[in-house]
Order: sequence, then structure tokens, then C-alpha cells
Amino acid sequence: MTAEMSMREGYGRALAQYGALHPDVVVLDADTSASTFTGFFAERFPDRFFNIGIAEPCMVDVAVGLALGGKVPFVNAFAALLAFRALEQIRTCVCYARTNVKLASHYAGLSDFKDGPTHHAITDIATMRALPDMTVVVAANAQEAGQLVPLVAEYEGPVYLRLSRAAALATHSEGQVLGIGRGLLLRPGTDVSIIATGSMVGRSLVAAECLAGEGISARVLEIHTIKPLDVDLVLQAAEETGALVTAEEHSVVGGLGSAIAETLCAGCPVPIERVGIADCFARTAPDPESLMDAFGLATSDIVAAARRAIARVRHGH
Amino acid sequence: MLIICAGALTRAKDNMTYHSETLIARLEECARQLRLDSLDMIHRRGAGHPGGSLSAAEIMAALFFHHLRLDPAAPDWPGRDRFILSKGHASAILYAALARRGFFPAADLERWGELACHLQGHPDRLKTPGVDMTSGILGHGLAIGAGLALAARLNKLDYRVYVLLGDGECQAGIVWEGAMLAAKYRLATLTAILDYNDVQLDGAVHDIMPFEPVLDKWRSFNWSVLEINGHDMRQVLEALDTAREIHARPTLIVAHTTKGKGVSFMENRAAWHGTPPNDAQYNQALDELQRCA
Repeated sequence: MTAEMSMREGYGRALAQYGALHPDVVVLDADTSASTFTGFFAERFPDRFFNIGIAEPCMVDVAVGLALGGKVPFVNAFAALLAFRALEQIRTCVCYARTNVKLASHYAGLSDFKDGPTHHAITDIATMRALPDMTVVVAANAQEAGQLVPLVAEYEGPVYLRLSRAAALATHSEGQVLGIGRGLLLRPGTDVSIIATGSMVGRSLVAAECLAGEGISARVLEIHTIKPLDVDLVLQAAEETGALVTAEEHSVVGGLGSAIAETLCAGCPVPIERVGIADCFARTAPDPESLMDAFGLATSDIVAAARRAIARVRHGH
Repeated sequence: MLIICAGALTRAKDNMTYHSETLIARLEECARQLRLDSLDMIHRRGAGHPGGSLSAAEIMAALFFHHLRLDPAAPDWPGRDRFILSKGHASAILYAALARRGFFPAADLERWGELACHLQGHPDRLKTPGVDMTSGILGHGLAIGAGLALAARLNKLDYRVYVLLGDGECQAGIVWEGAMLAAKYRLATLTAILDYNDVQLDGAVHDIMPFEPVLDKWRSFNWSVLEINGHDMRQVLEALDTAREIHARPTLIVAHTTKGKGVSFMENRAAWHGTPPNDAQYNQALDELQRCA
């Protein structure tokens, strides 16, 4: 797969490929299969594809029933609807009842730039990771989205898989082995660690390159699994570099930055700067990149946050 | 009288008697026992929902002591019929039915609500043997039951799925999302039973959110609809049998019931939706139910 492929296409193609080998996989969509690219699966396996219409709560409950019947259901909808309209179903019937439902949450973050804040999902990580028994995984690009499909399918229990609409920068080689719950060291560094997830991983690598030009050695970690968090990798970065930056296409309230801060305060309190969307709704925009830039997610925001974190270390707070 | 409303079927004879008097008497005694157990549990715990447990006693007795294909020794047997108590607040009578059917010791019923007891306030599939799905938040059962019926079709298993719905519960939109879906996929192995006692927490269902015409609503959602007296054991059994013979669409059995049935001062009173009886009330209730034996 190329870096230019969109995340949803990477996901959709991988789902159809995986489904060919695994007859227990079933796919549900809420009238968005042309957007989520579950159409690849639907074309090949029409008997295992269920279009529930614009009824995300019902779709989640039907998936719960399919899971109770031994199937591995992948539920697909826009994140803004899946994570919020169907939240009670997810809490009660997926998490509390611990049913083996896979929630593929599309157009997450700001990636539905055209439709505006009604269709953005910038607090879904906060909501999902607060649920007991939920696993939260965020794909960084098309290649990784495809790699995650088998891992999510074979992981026992509820999973929230967060996907963006757009293409994103390639972040690691195709050969790199992924594991749910295991973070990735993408770039070594000693002065500061940038811990990123999703679409911000690529931007963080670019930021690290900028910082290198200033003589700052920035480590870059990708945390694709927000929950359960790779605590060891995070604490190691905190101990070895002494300053952290988190970067996510999500509100600064409750997401990756909060998860890292919770971990640090218990294990290794070092200065941490959180790059994310300030506690506000965003706007409609002509393209995702400019929207991300306008709401605090620019590469330059990561660079500035790294400088601030290092300065706080130097000033002793 | 069993009124069959499915298009392809004609009105059943009023005097269908293919179930023996012995069976009817045995199941009526089961229903009486489930009422006694439910009240005992609710009184002992000082919490629970008597009204909607008592209204469902004949339905639960017919299902758990005759109609459902179950093996209490193998609660996870893949071929078992599935039952979802969508009106999960009637947990007392479900627990009583499961215990009396042998899924766990009847002594557990006395420990309902204790911290270490597997019996939760509302049914929990992970803690209590025989509970096919966790419930308690209203509205979920029909859509989940539809998913179970779809799984049976894909897995080529012949189990059937039964969902007990409350009437107040049908105020939740997701019930109708599930109803549409079940009709789309022609889930004839899915049978819902509506415990239509017309009373909910705050008062009469017909005052809080008018539900009629109930039969027309469900027919217009492309369900086959049967209408019975939910306290007439013969009608309950016949409706469950009839639903099994309808092959093109899911079936709803509208069971007209009385909230708090069997205890005079509880009948049709919203106050008894979720209130436990005190000692004197409990003793009076026992007296009335024992006199029915």
C-alpha cells in the first residue's frame, strides 16, 4: 500500500481480504459503506454484510447479537455517530456485557472537514477509553489501518478502532510488527519525547526533523493503542528524555495527552505539553490539513510544544 | 380466544385443546410458584419490581417450563433457544424461573442483591448461568435478538430467539429500529412477546405515551401479530406454537396482562412498579397467592 492511499481504503481492502479467510467475520454498516469502504467486503460476501440504515444504536445491538451467536462483527459508522449516538449501547451491551464487537469508527477527529463540527469527533477517545473493558486503537495511516484489521479481529473483546478519512503520512516500514498494547519507537532521541497517535504521528516525525535542525534530539513514539497504554514505553521515555509532548487529532480533554499525564503523575512526573484541539468545537474548512493547522495541530505547534517542555525542564518545573 | 392476525392464517378455533389439562395445570402451578418466589425475593431484598414480574408469570412459566429448548446442565449449549428479558427490571421472575428450572440452586434467590451473589439487580449474562444477555436499560432486546437470529441463520443452527418486551419500553425508538430490521431480514425464528399491562413507573402507559393502535403499529412494521390474554396459559402456549409455524416474518405476541397480577392491592397500580412490599403487605400477598393453589 502506498502512503497516498486513504486510511479508509486501507481498512476496507484489508477487511475484505481478511474476511475471505475468516468466515466468522461479519460486517455491519449504517448507510455509509461507500464512505467507509466496507463495500469491498459487501461485494464479495453479501450474505455476511448487513446494511442497517441510519440507526447506529440498532446496528451496535445487532452486532451484539451476532457476537453472542459466535460471529466477529465489525460495526462501521462515522465516529461522530458511533461514539456518541450509540454510546449507551456500547457501554451497556458491548463493554458491560463484554461482547466481542469491533467498532470501526470512521472520519474521526477533524477528517470530515467538509461537513463541519457536527461530523467531527474530537472527544471520542476520551469517551471510549473511560469505559471499562474497552480497548482503544488509533490507526496512523492506510498501511497501519490494514495491518490492524487482523489484530483487532483476533483480539478477544470490545475494540474501538479509530480511523481517519484522509490519507496520512507513512510512519513506519511495512515490515514492522504491530501488537495491540505495544507502542512503537519511530525515532530515537534524548532531549524530549514526542508521543503521538493517529494522523499526528506523521506530523510528529516532521516536527522531530525540524527540531533536529535546531540541535534538539527528539524521540518519537507512536501510541496506536490508547488503552491499554504501553506504560513501560512511556515511562522509559519520561525517564530517559525528561520532557514529553503528546500530539493527537482530538481534544486536549481526555485523550492521549490525558492518558499520558495520568501515567506520568503516578510513575514519573516530568513536564508534559499537550498538543491537541483546545476545549472547543472546530469549523468547516476546505481541506483537512488547513483545518488541523488552524486548530492547534500544525507541525509548528508540535515544535513549539517541544521547546516549551524542554524549557520547563531547564527552569526546574 | 386466540386471535391470529398473520395474513396467511385464518382465525383459530376458539376451542383449540391440543394441550392437555394436566400440562395446563402444571404450568399454572409453575406460574403461581414464580409469583411467590418473586415476591419473596423482592420482600427479602427490600428492592425489585413486583408489578412487572407478576404480570409476566404465565409467559415465563410457559417459556421456561415447556416451550424453550434448554438444558440447565449446559447453559451455554449452542443449540439452545435464546431468551432475552428486554424488560430487565423483571429480573426477579427470571431468576426464579432459572432457579426452579435448575440453572442454579434455589437457595441463591435468597441472596439476591448481596455483594458476593451472582444475581445482580438486573440480569447479567457474565455472572448468572442461563442469562443469555445482560439487560436492564430498556429497548435493547429486540435488536440484539435479531442479531442472534441472524447468527443462527449464518451458522445453520435451528435455535429460536424469544424476547420479552415491556409496553413502556416500546416508547424507546430503538425498539422500532429493531422491529424494522427484523422484518427486513425476515427473521421468522424471532418471536417477541409484549407484556402489555398498560402500567409503567409514572402511571398508565396510555396516559404517559399513547401506544394504541398497537396491533396496527406492529403489522405495519411487517410483523405477524398474535393477540392473547397473557394470563390464560392455554392461549400463551398456543400463541408460542403458532409463532413457530410462521415462516416468512417475525412474530409479536401481544399479551394483555395485569400489572401486579394475583395480588389484589398491587393490580393495575403504578405504585407497585418498583416498590417492595412491607411485612404486612407481603403476608397478605402470600395469603392471596396461596389461596389460588
